[in-house]
Amino acid sequence: MPTSRMRIEVASENSFIIYFNDHIAAHTSAQISACAACLRQSMGPLLVDMVPSYASLLVIYQAHLTDHYEVKGLIAQALTQVQDEATSTGKLIYLPVYYSQESGPDLPLLAQAANLTVADTIALHHSMAYQVYAIGFAPGFAYLGEVDQRLAAPRIATPRLKVPKGAVAIADRQTAVYPSQSPGGWNLIGLCPTPMFNPDQDPPMPVSVGDQIKFEPITRAEFLQQGGDEQLLLEPIA
Amino acid sequence: MSMLVAQPGLLSLLQDAGRFGAHHIGLTNGGPLDQQAFAWANRLLGNDANACAIEVSFGGLQLQAQVDTYIAITGADMPLQIDGVAQPLWTSHRVTAGSKISLGFAQQGTRAYVAVAGGWQTPHSFGSRSTVVREKIGGLSNGAKLTDNDLLACNATPSLQRYTLEQDHQPQYGSHADLHVVLGYQQALFNPSTQRRFFTSTYTMTDRADRMGMRLEGANVACGTQQMLSEGICHGAIQIPADGQPIVLLNDRQTIGGYPKIGSVMGQDTARLAQLRPGDTVTFTPVDIHDAHNLNALAAYRFHNTPLHAIDE
Repeated sequence: MPTSRMRIEVASENSFIIYFNDHIAAHTSAQISACAACLRQSMGPLLVDMVPSYASLLVIYQAHLTDHYEVKGLIAQALTQVQDEATSTGKLIYLPVYYSQESGPDLPLLAQAANLTVADTIALHHSMAYQVYAIGFAPGFAYLGEVDQRLAAPRIATPRLKVPKGAVAIADRQTAVYPSQSPGGWNLIGLCPTPMFNPDQDPPMPVSVGDQIKFEPITRAEFLQQGGDEQLLLEPIA
Repeated sequence: MSMLVAQPGLLSLLQDAGRFGAHHIGLTNGGPLDQQAFAWANRLLGNDANACAIEVSFGGLQLQAQVDTYIAITGADMPLQIDGVAQPLWTSHRVTAGSKISLGFAQQGTRAYVAVAGGWQTPHSFGSRSTVVREKIGGLSNGAKLTDNDLLACNATPSLQRYTLEQDHQPQYGSHADLHVVLGYQQALFNPSTQRRFFTSTYTMTDRADRMGMRLEGANVACGTQQMLSEGICHGAIQIPADGQPIVLLNDRQTIGGYPKIGSVMGQDTARLAQLRPGDTVTFTPVDIHDAHNLNALAAYRFHNTPLHAIDE
C-alpha cells in the first residue's frame, strides 16, 4: 500500500496530482520518475501528458476515453509498485561550466555571504551531484538541487532584464542553467557552453527529470572551444 | 497554394488543438483559447478536429486568397467582408484566387477562428502547429504571430458542400460568465468561509488578461499558506497568490508554479472566459468531478448532434 504521505488529489476535470512527500528528497524524486514510467506503460493512450516536479506528479488524461475512477485505480496501482524505489535510475550527466567573475558577476557577493573565497565558492558548487527535480518556467529550464546551504542565496532584488543563454545560476538551494536569454532574478556564477534546449535536436534537452548532473569547471579557452559565445565575455553581464 | 496576410490585425496566431506530450521539457499546450468556437469552425468545413485555424484576437485580420477554396469563421462577431460584401460568420464560404477576406473589430467577444478547408498547412513543432509566442515555438517560425506578407499554405478545394450553424445554436458572448470549478489541488487549505466568499462573489476581469492567464479582481480569498513546492499546473487552474486575487491559468501558462490553487475551471467555461473583456464579470460555481464528466459528455453529444444547415447554391 502507498505510504500515508502519498496522496492522490483531483486537479481538474481531466487531471490528478499525486503528492509523494511534503519536502524535497532524492528518494522522492526517484519514486516520481518510477511512477511516471509505470503510468506511461499502464495508461497508454489514456495519458495526455505528465508534469513531474519536486514532490508531485501531475497526470493529465483523455477524459473522453476513460473516467476518473479508472485513472485513479491505475495511479494507486503504480504507487504500490514504486514504494521501495529509493535510488534514482536516471543518467549522470556532466555539464562544463566556465566559472569566473566575467562569466558569473554574482560570484564575489555569494562568496562574501558564504564567508568563503571565490575559488572555494566555485569548488563547493561543482563538488557535488545535483538531482534534476523539475523542468518548467521556460522550455528546457531544469531546476537542480540542492546546493550547499552556505551557497543558498535569495533572488537578487532587481531581476536582470537579460540573463544570457547558458548562465549558471543559484536561487535559494536551487541551481540551474538558463536555456535561452531571458529576464531572471537568480545569482549568476558562470556560463555553460552546452545548449540546454535545442528544438531542432532529438532529444531537445540533454537532461530529464530524475537525472543527476555534475558540473565540471573549464577554462575560458575551453569555454570558447566548446562553442561558448565570446560576445558574452566581451560585453560583461551587468 | 496559399493565402497572403495583407493585414495581421492586433494579434493573429496559428493554432491547432494544442501541443500535448511535451510538458516534460517545459513546453506548454498553446491551442485555441475558445476550444468550442475553434471546433465549430473546423466542423463547418468537415475538417479534422485538430486542423489548424487562425485565432484572431480583437480583429483586423485581412487575407488575400491565392487559391480556390472554402473558409469558415466563428467566435467573436468581427464583421466579415469577402471582396467588399458583408458575409455571415458561423458559415462556410467559397473564396477564389484574388478574393480579399477582411475582418473588422468585435463588439461581442474577443476571439474569432479563421479555418480553411483541410486546415492551414503550416510547419509542425513538437507535434503541433500551435503558436506560443512566449516560448518562441510554433507558428510559421519561432513562435511568431502573423505579420504582413506572411504566406499561409493551404490546399485547393474545388468544391465542398456549404453549411451554416443556425443562430439558435450559436453561443452568445455577453459581458458575464459563470464558470464551473472542479475543486482540487490545495482546496483543503482554503477554510469554509473563504470558499463560500469565493463562490458567492462576483469578480471583474482586469486588463492583465492574455493567453497565459486572466487576472480577476474582487473579494480577497487568500488562504494564508504561501510556502509551497512548485508543482504541475493544469489548464484552467485557479491560482490564488498572497493578494487573494484569483488568476485563471490558460493555454500558454507556465507548466509549473508554486502558488496555492483552489481548483480548476472546466474547459467549456475557459472558452467563455476567453471571450470576455476587461471590466466584464465572472462568478464561480463548484462542481464535483463526476458532474464535470457528465457535463463534458453532454457538451460533446450536443456538439456532434447539432445539425448544420446545408446551403443550396
